[in-house]
Amino acid sequence: MISTMECGADAQNLISISLMKIHNSRTQRGGIKLHKNLLVSYVLRNARQVYIKEKYAEIYRMQQYEEVMTVCNEIQELDPLDLDAEDDEEHARTACCGEGASPCGSVCHRGAAQPAAHARTASAVFGCASLEEDTREPDPSYYRSCCMEASPAPHCDQLPASGSAHCNKTTVLDLDTHVVTTVENGYLHQDCCCDAPPLGQGAQTPAKKRKVEPGCYVSDVEEISDFTAARKRAKREDCSYHSLDYTDTSNISNLISIFGSGFSGLLSRQADLEQICSKQVLASLGAWTRAIVAF
Amino acid sequence: MEEESDTRKINNSFLRDHNYATEADIISTVEFNSSGELLATGDKGGRVVVFQREQESKSQPQRRGEYNVYSTFQSHEPEFDYLKSLEIEEKINKIKWLPQQNAAYFLLSTNDKTVKLWKISERDKRPEGYNLKDDDGRIRDPSTITSLRVPVLQPMDLMVEATARRVFSNAHTYHINSISVNSDLQTYISTDDLRVNLWNLEITDRSFNIVDIKPANMEELTEVITSAEFHPQQCHTFAYSSSKGSIRLCDMREAALCDRHCKYFEEPEDPSTRSFFSEIISSISDVKFSHNGRYLMTRDYLTVKVWDLQMENKPLETYQVHDYLRGKLCSLYENDCIFDKFECVWNGSDSVIMTGSYNNFFRMFDRNTKRDVTLEASRENSKPRAILKPRKVCVGGKRRKDEISVDSLDFSKKILHTTWHPHENIIAVAATNNLYIFQDKVN
Repeated sequence: MISTMECGADAQNLISISLMKIHNSRTQRGGIKLHKNLLVSYVLRNARQVYIKEKYAEIYRMQQYEEVMTVCNEIQELDPLDLDAEDDEEHARTACCGEGASPCGSVCHRGAAQPAAHARTASAVFGCASLEEDTREPDPSYYRSCCMEASPAPHCDQLPASGSAHCNKTTVLDLDTHVVTTVENGYLHQDCCCDAPPLGQGAQTPAKKRKVEPGCYVSDVEEISDFTAARKRAKREDCSYHSLDYTDTSNISNLISIFGSGFSGLLSRQADLEQICSKQVLASLGAWTRAIVAF
Repeated sequence: MEEESDTRKINNSFLRDHNYATEADIISTVEFNSSGELLATGDKGGRVVVFQREQESKSQPQRRGEYNVYSTFQSHEPEFDYLKSLEIEEKINKIKWLPQQNAAYFLLSTNDKTVKLWKISERDKRPEGYNLKDDDGRIRDPSTITSLRVPVLQPMDLMVEATARRVFSNAHTYHINSISVNSDLQTYISTDDLRVNLWNLEITDRSFNIVDIKPANMEELTEVITSAEFHPQQCHTFAYSSSKGSIRLCDMREAALCDRHCKYFEEPEDPSTRSFFSEIISSISDVKFSHNGRYLMTRDYLTVKVWDLQMENKPLETYQVHDYLRGKLCSLYENDCIFDKFECVWNGSDSVIMTGSYNNFFRMFDRNTKRDVTLEASRENSKPRAILKPRKVCVGGKRRKDEISVDSLDFSKKILHTTWHPHENIIAVAATNNLYIFQDKVN
């Protein structure tokens, strides 16, 4: 378990710094230093683990809430004239939030004040989930992350198998109409290399991934408010990302195109963009790690 | 620490009159020869400067032998690898002396790609009285020669020449980090990130690869070799350290390729101290056998460890060099200081170990008394011949007078390279572009 409190390091910040180091090392005198870049890739990996763990914890909390909401809405539909429905909702919410989510739980929609958005719940397996968020709103936002088990390697190996067993059903909650629909669909399962030795195994997981259909997205509502106009551009890049085969080449070329547009340019813009790029990079970090050392 | 020291500073920079430190002057390695008479330094500009100890004079017994410049030469030049479009730095990574076998001195110096054997010899006589040419070299007209004479050797001003006798090149794809001369005095090893090559000192066009940790798929790379050294007495044994904090001891008699180790030294990681930077700070930057061949010393970012060759599962002793940096790893990562590679060194009797730190501090640990001392190599804080005052870093709470707080440390002043005289208490410490030589106080 990595202690993040030690130096107050923000995982995202570390990821940005590490990527900058790798980028700079390409132009340093004397050629790329293998040892240093290997160590930097370890920091990247650790930061990614922490980042994803935090994200997963957040999703987990939101899943519980969403489940409560679903239940409450169903209750409401059954008895819309129930004057105590709201109280029950609250009660149910708090009750459900305290419980564990089912294996195929749903993403929680937190905060009623958020603008209407499509929320798609991705099936969440212990250690295996992915989110994509997009709103069909004027400001579509994308967010993709790889949620992986942060425990040692042995679990890692089992994840692809267990993931596909559980994650074959997804639920969509329309926050406008509160209609819940279940869709049989695939999910995007990222590289599952969480420890150094099976780094190479990450290359095998792409074969097990299934393409995500463009119509299904999850909105992390909290973040919609954070990332607005900036996400428009991210959407374009992400769309093309989806339609490609999930190969190492596409990961690396995508990252290179990000850097090609000017890393310093990225940094000079607002923090939002930085975070987006970090997230995109996070999504394909396994490939990037491989790209670093494979020179 | 029972030792008290005189201080003497020698500035080895060519640009002696200049106050600024050009990058080429930064010392990148220091090494005493096996008798302690000579001290070699290499710098980032590819130059080697050799100092020689003066003979002690009876008239001034209190003025013990001081080190003066003996020879200076350009060992390596910057090169360009056209195939890979890579510039090869001329920085001298390591110097190792060969034991003296005749009047000349031999040393091996290496940059990232090429090892060179240099011969340093003195010339203090020259022949005079040739028949066919004048003393200044002009050819004499044979018709003017009326008698023959035998040339005689006349004394001349001492001239020290350095000539490259062997060049060992094209054997390393990755950057060479260390070289080590075998006790058989016929072979040596050169080590890069992934391979260890064995050379014969006489043969430059061939080397044997004895360790290769390059994975079939580079994407599966998890560790690199950081240093390797031959055992001081056993000519078939060598050790190499890795970026994962482990040391492997290998026996060359077992097989041609020493990928299988005989002994594997590693201390299990303490899970409570795990952080983003655990891998970086556990990477070993230097490994040194003790003179008696019974122990190994390793340096990682925060500690020095002494290992007993008979005990593989944990070190015999662990010394904290600058544990107060543990809470600052994030900023040290940002400014790249966390990648600094500190060296460590034994004294002649293996009772004291020494290593460098930041703010021009260096630390000595007495293995017997368990006492340690922090000293500073700085012109401002010590006069020549003054006794060095122990320094202390204040880690929190009230800062006493003369203590320095962690936040005031100058991380640009780092002591990475130190060396200890093989028999006496004389140490050489490289602080950026300055060389400091400290000696035991004469009674």
